[in-house]
Amino acid sequence: MFTDLFYLLRLRGLRVSLQEWQTLLRGLELGLHRSSLTGFYQLARAVLVHTEADFDRFDRVFLEYFQNVQSFDELPPELEDWLNTPIDPVEYDPALLTNQGLDIDEIRRMLEERLREQHERHDGGTHWVGTGGASPFGNNGYYPGGIRVGGQGRNRSALQVAGERHFRDFREDTVLETRQFQMAFRRLRQFSALEDGPKDELQLDDTIRETGNNAGRLKLVFDRPRRNTVKLLMLFDSGGSMWEFTNLCASLFQAVSRESKFKDLQIFYFHNCFYDDLYTKPSCLHADSVSTEWVLSQLGQDYKVIVVGDASMAPYELLRPGGCSDYYTYNKEPGIDWIEKFIHRYDRMIWLNPLPKANWDAGYGSETIRIIKAKVPMYRLTLEGLQEGLRALIAAR
Amino acid sequence: MADFSGSAGYVASPELLSSVNIAMALEKPLLVKGEPGTGKTMLAQAVAEALGMELIIWSIKSTTKAQDGLYVYDTVQRLYDSQFGADVSDIGKYIKLGKLGEAFRKERQCVLLIDEIDKADIEFPNDLLWELDRMEFYIPETKQTVKAAVRPLVIITSNAEKELPDAFLRRCIFHYIDFPDAEMMEKIVRVHFDNLDDKLLKQALESFYAVRALRGLQKKPSTSELIDWVQALQIGGISPARIEKEIPFAGVLLKKNEDLDTLTRSKQPNTRHW
Repeated sequence: MFTDLFYLLRLRGLRVSLQEWQTLLRGLELGLHRSSLTGFYQLARAVLVHTEADFDRFDRVFLEYFQNVQSFDELPPELEDWLNTPIDPVEYDPALLTNQGLDIDEIRRMLEERLREQHERHDGGTHWVGTGGASPFGNNGYYPGGIRVGGQGRNRSALQVAGERHFRDFREDTVLETRQFQMAFRRLRQFSALEDGPKDELQLDDTIRETGNNAGRLKLVFDRPRRNTVKLLMLFDSGGSMWEFTNLCASLFQAVSRESKFKDLQIFYFHNCFYDDLYTKPSCLHADSVSTEWVLSQLGQDYKVIVVGDASMAPYELLRPGGCSDYYTYNKEPGIDWIEKFIHRYDRMIWLNPLPKANWDAGYGSETIRIIKAKVPMYRLTLEGLQEGLRALIAAR
Repeated sequence: MADFSGSAGYVASPELLSSVNIAMALEKPLLVKGEPGTGKTMLAQAVAEALGMELIIWSIKSTTKAQDGLYVYDTVQRLYDSQFGADVSDIGKYIKLGKLGEAFRKERQCVLLIDEIDKADIEFPNDLLWELDRMEFYIPETKQTVKAAVRPLVIITSNAEKELPDAFLRRCIFHYIDFPDAEMMEKIVRVHFDNLDDKLLKQALESFYAVRALRGLQKKPSTSELIDWVQALQIGGISPARIEKEIPFAGVLLKKNEDLDTLTRSKQPNTRHW
C-alpha cells in the first residue's frame, strides 16, 4: 500500500527506512488515519519525519503524490471505476438541486452510511453515490456543496495543510552536519585522573584489595574521576571571503561549543589573518578586541589550536607590515610573523580550510595558502578533513 | 483505549492531540520538540492528568547516564552492612530502580516523561534503544529481568540542543510544537487566568507578538514568559493603553540585556543609526 509514496519520499531526499514504513502500515491497520486524508497526513508525518527541518520537504512530496490521486483512497476500486466514467448529462428538477441545508459533517455522515449500503453502480438519481446525479455525493454531480467522490476530487483539508507549506522556514538544504562534526570532536580526548578536583569516584578494585589487607574491615578507596584534559583554542576567520561558508562554520562552531567535555575552550575571531588583535565576536569590532600578545601569554602551550579560515588573501596582507585590511589598525609585524608566533608557542596547531582542494593550488589566494600550508598542517573543512586533522592534533609525537 | 483530548489546564492543537493518540496506539515513544516555553513538559502532565495515569518524571542532566534510569547497585551500602554482620545475601535489597525501572514496575499504565533528553551525552539515546523498544532490561547482579507489565506511555522532550541519533529517531513518533498563533495563544492564556480583562489581554497579545517580531532578538519571549507578563500586568494594574506605548515590565518578557536594548531602540523610531 502506498509503496510509491515510500519511494517518492526517499527519492526526494527524506531518509525514510523500512522500520518507519512498517510502523506507518501498522498505524493504518489500527485505523489511526481515521479514514481521512488529513488523518493519514498527520499519521504519516508523525511517524516518518523526525525533524521540523524536514516538514517542508514532506509537505511537498505529499502534495506531489496526492494531488493527482483520487481522494477517498479507502473506496473500493470498482466504485472508483464507475465514478471515473461519468454518464452523459441528465436534466434534473431544479428544486432537487438546491442545497438542502446539510452541513458538511452531515453529508459526510450520510456518505459513510450510503457507502455501507451501496453495492452496485448508480448513475443519476438523488440518493446513491454515483455519477451525474443529484445526491450530495459522487462525481460530476449536480448537488451544490456536496462531496465529490472520486474523479478529480481531492480531500482539500490535508492537501491544503500540506499546500500551505507552513514549515518552509525550517527547511535546511544543507546536510545537517553538526552531529557528525560533534562525533568527530570526540576524538579530541585525553583522559587523565591527575587533574585537581575532589576524589569522589569509588575505586572498586582498590577498595577490595585494601579491605582484604585490612583484615576484612571495609576500607573505601576513592579517586578523582577521569576527565578530558584537552584545552582547545579556536580561531575563526570571519572575513568577507568566508561568507559563503557561514553555514559550514556555524555547524562546526555549534559542534565545538556543544561538546562540553573540553577542559577549556577559547574561541576568537580574526579578519583574513591574525595581527596585533583578535576579536571575541565574529563582527570583529574594535570594542571586542583583545591583544593577540595577551592571548599568547594567557593560554599556555598545552592548548591545541584549530584555525578555521580560507587562508586566501592578497600576498601583501600576509607578508608586509601594515597589511591588515582594516585601515585603522596598522600592524608593525606582518601577518606571517604572527602565525609564526603561534607555531612557536603551540606545537599542536592545525588549519581547517573550507575551500575545495582545487582552489589550493591555483587561482586567487593560492599563493598565501601555499605559504601558510607550508607552516601549519592544513586540512579541508569536511567531515573527513576534520577527522584527519583532529587525529593529527591528538596523535603522540 | 482512552483517547487524549486535552485537559482543563492545557490547550493542545488538534495535531498535537492526534500525535499523542498515534503514539499511544502504536506504543512508541512520543518525541516532542519545540521552542522553549511552548509547553513540552506540561504536555506530559496534562496527558497523565487527563487519562488518570501516574506521571513519572526522569529529568535528564548533562551527567545523566542511561544506566541511572534503569537501576543502581549500591555496593557501598552492601559492603557497609556486611561490616556489621547484617545479612547481605539478598542483593535485590541493594538494587535501586531508576525512573525507567520504576515505570516498568507499575501495574497500571503510567506516563513516563524523559525530560530534555538532549541535555545528556550524545550517546545517551542510543543506550536506551533496547529498553524503550522491548520495555525490559536485565539486572545481571540478581539475574532478574525487569519487564513492563503494561507499556508506559513514554513522552520525550528535546530542546534541540544536540541532534539525536537516527536509530533513536526512527523509533519515535515525532511532534513539533509550533509556536501558537494569536487565537490559540488567547485560549492558552485564558486557561491560566480566571478573570482577565479582555482589553488587557488583547493589547498584551498584540504587543507580545510585536516584540517577538522585533529583528535581532537573541531570545524571543515564549508562552511561559507571556503568562508571567500578563500576570505582572494584571497585578500592577496597568491600563491597556499603556501597554503598547511603553511595554511595562519588559524584563519579564526579555531576559537578555541586548534584547532589552533592542526593544528600547525600537521604541525610538527617530533615532538615526550611522
